[in-house]
Amino acid sequence: MTKREQLLAAARERVLIFDGAFGTQIQLRKLTEADYAGNLGLPADQKGNNDILALTRPDVLSDITRAYFEAGSDIVSTNTFSANRISQADYGAEGLVRAMNLASGKIARALAEEFEAKDGRPRFVAGAIGPTNKTLSLSPDVEDPGFREIDFDYLVDVYLEQARALVEGGVDFVLIETVFDTLNAKAGIMAVKKLERELDREVPVMISMTLTDLSGRNLSGHTVEAFWYAVRHARPLTIGLNCSFGAEQLRPHVKVLSQIADTLLLVYPNAGLPNELGQYDELPETTAALVKDWADHGQVNILGGCCGSSPAHIAAIAKAVANSAPRVIPQPEPVMRLAGLEALVTG
Amino acid sequence: MSQPLSSRFINIGERTNVTGSAAFKKLIMAGDYAAAVEVARQQVENGAQVIDVNMDEGLLDAVHAMTTFLKLIAAEPDIARVPVMIDSSKFEVIEAGLKCVSGKPIVNSISMKEGEETFLHHARICMDYGAAVVVMAFDEVGQADTKARKVEICKRAYDLLVAEGFPPEDIIFDPNIFAVATGIEEHNNYGVDFIEAVRELRTLCPHAHYSGGLSNLSFSFRGNEPVRRAMHSVFLYHAIPAGLDMAIVNAGQLDVYDQIDPVLRKACEDVILNRDPDATERLIALAESFKGKSLADEKAAGEWRCWPVAKRLEHALVKGIDAHIVEDTEEARQSAARPIDVIEGPLMDGMNVVGDLFGSGKMFLPQVVKSARVMKKAVAHLIPFIEAEKDLLPEEDRKAKGKIIMATVKGDVHDIGKNIVGVVLQCNGYEVIDLGVMVPWPEILKAANDNKADMIGLSGLITPSLDEMVTVAEEMQRAGMTMPLLIGGATTSKVHTALKIDPAYDGPVIHVLDASRAVGVASKLLSDTQRDEYVAEVASEYSNVRDARAGKGQSELLALAEARANGFVIDLAQKPAAPAQPGLHVFGDWSLEHLRGFIDWTPFFRAWELHGNYPAILTDKVVGETATQLFADANAMLDRIIAEKWLTARGVAGLWPCRRDGDDIVLDNGTRLPMLRQQVKKSRDRANMCLADFIAPDGDWIGGFAVGVHGVEPHSARFQADKDDYSDILLKALADRFAEAFAEALHQHVRTTLWAYAPGEQLTNEALIKEEYRGIRPAPGYPACPDHSLKPILFDLLDAPNNAGLTLTESFAMLPTAAVSGFYFGHPESQYFGVARVGRDQLEDYARRRGVSVEQAERWLRPNLD
Repeated sequence: MTKREQLLAAARERVLIFDGAFGTQIQLRKLTEADYAGNLGLPADQKGNNDILALTRPDVLSDITRAYFEAGSDIVSTNTFSANRISQADYGAEGLVRAMNLASGKIARALAEEFEAKDGRPRFVAGAIGPTNKTLSLSPDVEDPGFREIDFDYLVDVYLEQARALVEGGVDFVLIETVFDTLNAKAGIMAVKKLERELDREVPVMISMTLTDLSGRNLSGHTVEAFWYAVRHARPLTIGLNCSFGAEQLRPHVKVLSQIADTLLLVYPNAGLPNELGQYDELPETTAALVKDWADHGQVNILGGCCGSSPAHIAAIAKAVANSAPRVIPQPEPVMRLAGLEALVTG
Repeated sequence: MSQPLSSRFINIGERTNVTGSAAFKKLIMAGDYAAAVEVARQQVENGAQVIDVNMDEGLLDAVHAMTTFLKLIAAEPDIARVPVMIDSSKFEVIEAGLKCVSGKPIVNSISMKEGEETFLHHARICMDYGAAVVVMAFDEVGQADTKARKVEICKRAYDLLVAEGFPPEDIIFDPNIFAVATGIEEHNNYGVDFIEAVRELRTLCPHAHYSGGLSNLSFSFRGNEPVRRAMHSVFLYHAIPAGLDMAIVNAGQLDVYDQIDPVLRKACEDVILNRDPDATERLIALAESFKGKSLADEKAAGEWRCWPVAKRLEHALVKGIDAHIVEDTEEARQSAARPIDVIEGPLMDGMNVVGDLFGSGKMFLPQVVKSARVMKKAVAHLIPFIEAEKDLLPEEDRKAKGKIIMATVKGDVHDIGKNIVGVVLQCNGYEVIDLGVMVPWPEILKAANDNKADMIGLSGLITPSLDEMVTVAEEMQRAGMTMPLLIGGATTSKVHTALKIDPAYDGPVIHVLDASRAVGVASKLLSDTQRDEYVAEVASEYSNVRDARAGKGQSELLALAEARANGFVIDLAQKPAAPAQPGLHVFGDWSLEHLRGFIDWTPFFRAWELHGNYPAILTDKVVGETATQLFADANAMLDRIIAEKWLTARGVAGLWPCRRDGDDIVLDNGTRLPMLRQQVKKSRDRANMCLADFIAPDGDWIGGFAVGVHGVEPHSARFQADKDDYSDILLKALADRFAEAFAEALHQHVRTTLWAYAPGEQLTNEALIKEEYRGIRPAPGYPACPDHSLKPILFDLLDAPNNAGLTLTESFAMLPTAAVSGFYFGHPESQYFGVARVGRDQLEDYARRRGVSVEQAERWLRPNLD
């Protein structure tokens, strides 16, 4: 069985568990500049460059991923959200993009195999690809709405570099996550298609959108439904929502996606909304109870956490949905589904 | 405008096509993309569900034109909401277009013209981008004309695509609509060939779709729009049931089949269905008599004008249309027993509908203000008639729901929020007596007593107004009043109201968060059944707020000496160089056109209680439409403000040598600027900051500025005279935006030219709004420099009254209202912070440094004291 088939098989049995946040877990460890920079000799400060820890403090990433597996994760993601040439330019670390992704992929791969060997239950690794901090759909210059900072082909190359290294590092799937700009995601899809042709084999993608307002649109203005139609050609292994707000606020949008997406649905919300101090203080039991409601309504296949979630949240979610039936993938009619910012369905 | 026959049918807008629209081609050739974007907007407004974009013109760089236009329409949410059809005969243009489109578009078109291999290559690329495709019935031999050829080519293409894994539902065939009635006999059956080909293909190719370019059909009737439109409607009427499910049409111009002149309809039908050899002749003969008639024109008048008058009044109120309000009000008056009946009957009924829609979140503030404008105009028309019969009427005849005194407190001049609340209350049947701005408490109390008001509403924007509100409350208490006191305005809060105002007055004190709450609060306070419970509920809530404050220990304060020891240490090596142009710089008339580009729109929408960030707010699902309309109105007014020079932006900036002396900044001319330091104990390594920390003790530079926007009053007065609150509020909100934009533009000029420590700075407006530049411009009265009383010192340094026409009220509010002032700090490490709470020790120290009594300093710093 391919990894795609293995995951689909497991998802038919029960609601699967994704991992939780890296960023807030790393913050807790109060790492210093020396921890981040290691002896790489980069000219710029590296503090805050979480992705570089794969090279300088691999033990930190290993500890976090181990904690998620111990909490019950079936799928873990790599700590590579910003490990791309565009984001790393902020740290002058563009030259290390390949090394970071390769190392992160290997860390997660080794742990997945260790846990799988223990109990025979299959574990999966998703190579995380963030949106970068540039957008293909919006102009940063109000005077010139037609201006773009980067173009599609450039972003495809940036993503291809990252995806190639992740796959080489041993990830099973490529997770295009926190999609605030749908066109960026389409560039990510194109990059994976190119990679598949290079390797002459399938590289399954997972896609996860993030909403920027409660009405259910991302930054480029797409509704959840329009977004799904815009990326459906990738035949993603999972589609879903992450980050955005807490589970409470995501509820109506999960429901919409659950009804239309003919693939696995993965949702990993933040642990609530940040409090006045910018901290996430939603308790694991609270998050778990909220996401359990989706599971009980047969709306999700895979659950995890984003900003503010911890291994305790993941363990609570795993416990809460242990006996929930997984969502049954719907079989929509073969009609044409176009999208501007909003969906247009024929028939 | 009418929609074609089937709800399944998709209109594809054809006007953004240089090959089909001469007007659009002219705009693109001239590089007038702004106007070209408007063509797209009209298409969508007229009902196009997809827009076709074509830039195939020999003299154009089609790749450039296509990508430019697609990026521009992506920035227009009311256009970008619909999918795009990327239309070109050159595949390189199509692929360039695919890289700019974020949704799921349609490619128009690919074909087997150059053989199967190229066809499949193009199809695979479309699949990679996730696009649907139009497949032209075109093969190596040529374009398909007969039914048999159309069917054969399309079926072959379908089989090839499906074998390649192309989703069949994403295939759209264009079996070629050709011109009929050309006078050439072989062309007569083209309509039938198309319709019959579609009918047969539909069973051969499951899930595929059928489209066509409709304008080709009537090509021989160029210049005769009525006939062309009739032909198109008749063609669709027959082709849709056969399976045509989309077509490229001029979305504004399709007639309803049933409403076409029957003689013309029959003639068109005979031609399209090729019923007899003479059909063409008959249609040509008939066509002349239809030339120039426009069927759509007759419908444009607006159906609602035929409704009964009460319904028309309601429609005008809900839609905010004032064009016919006087004539409709007059008509209603003539049929009413008394003029007052018009207000109490249809007008109030209409406003109740508005109130209900607003209350249930189906209308938004800008629309409500427009409704109020219509209402005011109607009432203004009736007033003379009411006055005329007043002698005949008993005093108590007309009773408002309640009477509310509203005022911006002494020392404060801000009234946008207060005016909005006033309008909303009036819309809901309350009588509002607005005392204006800078109203001293005796006047407020007197007006309340004289008018037997039901409640008082106080508004204020600057922090000293909070104190003034406490004063009003204390005086109301002293005067033995019991009526409710409502508190609103940007700096007010539930916490401040609970802690400071509520204890000062025994009557009900209610903080009203925004205009949308005002009606609910007022109605509960005036309700016999709900009042007591509501008042008790709020009182207990405020009491809880006080308890929570008292019980939960506040953050620990450091002694002033400790805080100073933990001050922020700047890197002296990075001290900015001396300014290129020190001293004062006066700008008597800064270009408004230039400032327009610096406007930060997000606060503008917030002023109208539309929450969300610009530009995303324009597409927000809930408020997007309202925000877009408001934005359009604002831009239209901006155009006039600039073109007709309503406003003048005057400002002054100064750059002076100085040094730091403890927490003071001392200018070389001897002027001392005492600053406040954060005293709240910080965690770990964070500093207790003071603005003086950013200045070097051994000699440095500081700047100051004051800008104001003049000329609002005559226009405001004109709008008020015209009962047009909407425009009045809009103008004031825009003047505020100009003042902020001026502060931004001037700061940039200072950084790049006058002080010139960042000569090469290149920042977008977005980056400016996010403060990505070097240096800061803290304003007196804001968190880093909370004491408003530094403004007189700053104004003296700048001679702001003479140089910028700005003055200060006794509470240090600036006049005119649309004004900004502050200091410039150029050190790269300088940053914004909030002083927050300060201790008694700093208060006393500050009083000494300012040379004033502790009591005086206490009044100035009250918001920062326990």
